[in-house]
Amino acid sequence: MAVAAVLPKLVGQRVKRREDPRLIQGRGTYVDDVKIAGMQHLAFKRSDIAHGRIRSIDKSAAEAMEGVEAVFTGAQIAEFLDPMPIGTPFPSPEHRAVAVDTVRFVGDPVAVVVACDRYAARDAADAIEVDYEPLPAVVDPEAAMTGQSAVLHADFPNNVALGPLPSGTGVGRKGAVDDTAVEAAFEAADVVISQRMVNQRLAPSSIEARGVVAHYEPGREALTIWSSSQNPHILRTFVSRMLGLGEDRVRAIAPEVGGGFGAKINIYGEEYVAAALSKRLGLPIKWIEDRSEAFLATVHGRDLIAYVELAARRDGSVLGLRMRIIADIGAYNMLLTAGVPTNSMTMANATYAFPAIRATLTEVFTNKTPTDAYRGAGRPEAAYFVERAMDMLARELAMDPAELRRKNFIQPDQFPYKTHMGAIYDSGDYEKALDRALHVSGWEALKAERDAARADGRLVGLGLSMYVEICGMGPSSTLPPGGWEHSQVTVERDGRISATTGVSPHGQGNETTFAQMLADQFGVPLDHVTIHHGDTAVVKQGIGTFGSRSQAVGGAALHDAGTKVKAKMAKFAAALLEAHESDLVFENGTIAVKGAPASAKPFAEVAAYAYRPIRLPEGLTPGLSDEAFFEPKNNTYPFGCHIAMMEIDRETGEPRLSKMVAVDDAGHLINPLIVEGQIHGGLAQGIGQAMIEEVAYGADGQPLTASFMDYALPRASDFPRFELDNTVTPTPVNPLGAKGVGEAGTIGSTPCIVAAAVDALSVFGVRHLDMMLRPEKLWRIIQDHESARSFDA
Amino acid sequence: MISTAFEYERATSLDDALAKLAAAGGAGKLIAGGHSLVPLMKLRLSEPTVLIDIANIPDFAGIREADGRIEIGAGTTHHDVAISALLRARCPVMAEAAAAIGDQQVRNRGTLGGSLAHADPAADYPAVMLALDADFHLKGTNGWRVVKAGDFFQGMLTVDLAPDEILAKVTFAPVRAAAYAKLHQRASRFAIVGVAAALAVSDGTISSVRIGLTGASSSPSRLENVEAALTGRDATAGAFSAAAGIAGDGVEDLNEDIHASADYRRAMIRVFTRRALDGALARIAG
Ligand SMILES: Cc1cc2nc3c(=O)[nH]c(=O)nc-3n(C[C@H](O)[C@H](O)[C@H](O)COP(=O)(O)OP(=O)(O)OC[C@H]3O[C@@H](n4cnc5c(N)ncnc54)[C@H](O)[C@@H]3O)c2cc1C
Repeated sequence: MAVAAVLPKLVGQRVKRREDPRLIQGRGTYVDDVKIAGMQHLAFKRSDIAHGRIRSIDKSAAEAMEGVEAVFTGAQIAEFLDPMPIGTPFPSPEHRAVAVDTVRFVGDPVAVVVACDRYAARDAADAIEVDYEPLPAVVDPEAAMTGQSAVLHADFPNNVALGPLPSGTGVGRKGAVDDTAVEAAFEAADVVISQRMVNQRLAPSSIEARGVVAHYEPGREALTIWSSSQNPHILRTFVSRMLGLGEDRVRAIAPEVGGGFGAKINIYGEEYVAAALSKRLGLPIKWIEDRSEAFLATVHGRDLIAYVELAARRDGSVLGLRMRIIADIGAYNMLLTAGVPTNSMTMANATYAFPAIRATLTEVFTNKTPTDAYRGAGRPEAAYFVERAMDMLARELAMDPAELRRKNFIQPDQFPYKTHMGAIYDSGDYEKALDRALHVSGWEALKAERDAARADGRLVGLGLSMYVEICGMGPSSTLPPGGWEHSQVTVERDGRISATTGVSPHGQGNETTFAQMLADQFGVPLDHVTIHHGDTAVVKQGIGTFGSRSQAVGGAALHDAGTKVKAKMAKFAAALLEAHESDLVFENGTIAVKGAPASAKPFAEVAAYAYRPIRLPEGLTPGLSDEAFFEPKNNTYPFGCHIAMMEIDRETGEPRLSKMVAVDDAGHLINPLIVEGQIHGGLAQGIGQAMIEEVAYGADGQPLTASFMDYALPRASDFPRFELDNTVTPTPVNPLGAKGVGEAGTIGSTPCIVAAAVDALSVFGVRHLDMMLRPEKLWRIIQDHESARSFDA
Repeated sequence: MISTAFEYERATSLDDALAKLAAAGGAGKLIAGGHSLVPLMKLRLSEPTVLIDIANIPDFAGIREADGRIEIGAGTTHHDVAISALLRARCPVMAEAAAAIGDQQVRNRGTLGGSLAHADPAADYPAVMLALDADFHLKGTNGWRVVKAGDFFQGMLTVDLAPDEILAKVTFAPVRAAAYAKLHQRASRFAIVGVAAALAVSDGTISSVRIGLTGASSSPSRLENVEAALTGRDATAGAFSAAAGIAGDGVEDLNEDIHASADYRRAMIRVFTRRALDGALARIAG
């Protein structure tokens, strides 16, 4: 018998993503590929004004059109669909899936058409006439807080949705605030940095926009809903509640999902409306968002203003931080809207042992698209504000930005570290990541290069930033739907392995990483393992994919379920081999007695025996399938250091990134190739925010960036070659030691790129720049200086 | 992003396309690469009921040189212009401008004729056509007509092209010492400002120069004041820099949008005029 090659261990290897061939070849099944006989299509009539009262809606022309099944106004929908729930414990105004009497942003739905195809539906929606009484709109959150220009919701005076909510040093659990420590810090300071900073609004822009198919079967009294969602189980919970069905009667399926970036966590009005109309009309219903709608109707991200103050001694020791945050959340609270900016407070401690911190948060309604989670969800904003302030302090003290950081780090022996903001950082070694990044980038040489370029009159700058963020979201006390994950592992009769996971990948590569883990655990080839996800009828329970929790929480559940099945399989194998179960090795597609390779039984033979156990070993039941719930005791806190170099064209103001170094520490890596892919994508979006992305509105609330002709997404040609490296500081909170990496790239990159731009323009006395780095803005700074210089001369 | 309903027809020749256009009455529209028209249709800003596809008409695409002039078929894609060995050798400015259009997907579909007929104020080719003093060959039901580039562009999205005419080809005398310099709008990649400069230099002296500007205002134009300032002068970087200082002075109705203010555009006209002139001069040596 030929000896098979020994299967290599796969965890830690750069295994190519198994899901890519089908996706690249266009063979994936997305929501829009779902077709059901008799299916009808929805089109929403949306408000084209930012704020107004609906006087009347004339839908007669639309109803008379060929192919139109029905047209519903918001008032009619409200007869059978409750206001939309949110997923945070904060106060929220009534929010109807389709507006009943008032529209509050451009894109707010006012009516919905059900028709035989998309075209007929769109034509009919265009034929609906809505008469509005326009109301003044407010788009600036600080103006909104005066309540003078417009009030969006009667029960929220001055448009304040939440706050001011204090947190940090001296804030008691019941909200009592003692400012002594923070005030003392500022009084003792030699230097105080203070700056208003804007973290601008972004459009998440997944390549697949949203979509939903709802199919209610009256005979079964059951609903199947396909949706481009990051969390089908949460979708099931919310939809079943809204439809008055038990969760046992709702099956939610997230088929192939073409990106989400946080925006597909939310359960949207279109999903509720499609489900409710399918039930009401007894017809399958599809709605596919088009790109123009996506810019208006899919949640936006970020949009925070912060007034940041940093108190320090001349030697660079930071004494205290104040951060007053104003979050522009748009017109309504969505699922997680209110919670996202609280993450920015939570991460105010950053990587530093600041002695005192006061953060406050006020959330404000404006006549814009609602915000919600977007890659990083609150952590990039926190990292940006704190790192910008640290950068300004370094400049003020003429210290190397790396050395200022080093002086203030939380030290490795301080972990687990309880921050002023209530977080407990699991593990960390920030100096190691900093030193690695300085080494990889050649920091000293880069400084020399910058100085030489400067001497030639070129505008070249260097930026560095640290970050720490929250991943692996759990336990349940931190996450309203529950902070656990679920997995079921089954060794099939033929020895193949099927596993389910409650995390619902949409680009994270779990079909590969999870298969790597099981292949190693059971000693079988990778292609003998299949990972099932995204269907609540197949995956019994789950929470979903967000907050970089797939590997740290979902992976741990998978590991635990696999461990249970393996233990049972070992018992069957022990019976077959007449050995003790603890003496077995699972390797190379066989199970053998340790040290006796000749004893090996094919894995499939043991599996077959478990399903037809003659004789059934004592104390065992047939079959090889088991499940596990895993709830971590804490979040994980990955960290890193990013470094960027930038040159700004003196004549045009165009910024060009010439170097981007990212050193990230996500703990143990299951698949470094996939990790790099996640970081590349994260860097692209972080660079996008720093340099070219921005959702803009006119003063009247009209969107000015409602297509990719005006909303700039970065292209590969905008980037230098990314230089990545990592350090490994495992987390103790899960058995894998893995922390999570989905958002890291967006968090570390943004502040260091802005720091590089500020450094490039520091020759003109620039201390801070707001994002994004619009060439004209940079050009004006250069121009003002050059004209002043010629005036001096 | 859902267009209104339309019929689709495919033309087999210029005459066939003209006949189909006539048959459609006012409701027909030619489609070549579709990269200006289809976006408008998806936004329902254009609602033709008949589309006549001219992209497959034989000999509608192609680049050749005859009698000292270059001829480019209107159906030639931006990509084919960008990679043309003939243009790269004889008139590199054309290939350079084509390569700066949008992205690869756009260049694979979009055509020279479509770009010129549509005349987006931020399109790249018009500046080059002005700098090369190109001839536009139009075919209508009543036969052929030739229009100079300078007369073709008349204003915001307005060109000298009747609804029953097709732009069939463009001809021009190749200029090696010509270059295109462009400030990209970072979302669309269209020109915030684009300048094409074509030089004729003898014994170090500029005997003639034509400079075409796009992106800055409602329609492309020649920078005649700069041309006048340079003609007869020595072709030096210093002369270019000085002359570029008055570029854009006469340009009215500067565009203004979220990407660039009028002030910035005016300043960029100067920068990119100088860069285009420097680029053109560099090609004399090369
Ligand atoms: C994302 C994106 C980025 C772009 N970036 C740039 C850029 O940076 N620079 C730039 O210059 N352009 C840019 N464009 C526009 C692009 O170059 C278009 O391809 C071009 O403007 C139109 O050519 P077409 O063949 O696609 O024309 P079509 O869209 O097919 O037609 C455009 C119009 O011209 C008419 N037409 C077409 N051909 C003829 C003809 N031979 N005779 C008479 N009428 C005709 C049509 O009826 C229609 O009205 C961009 C487009 C997109 C979508």
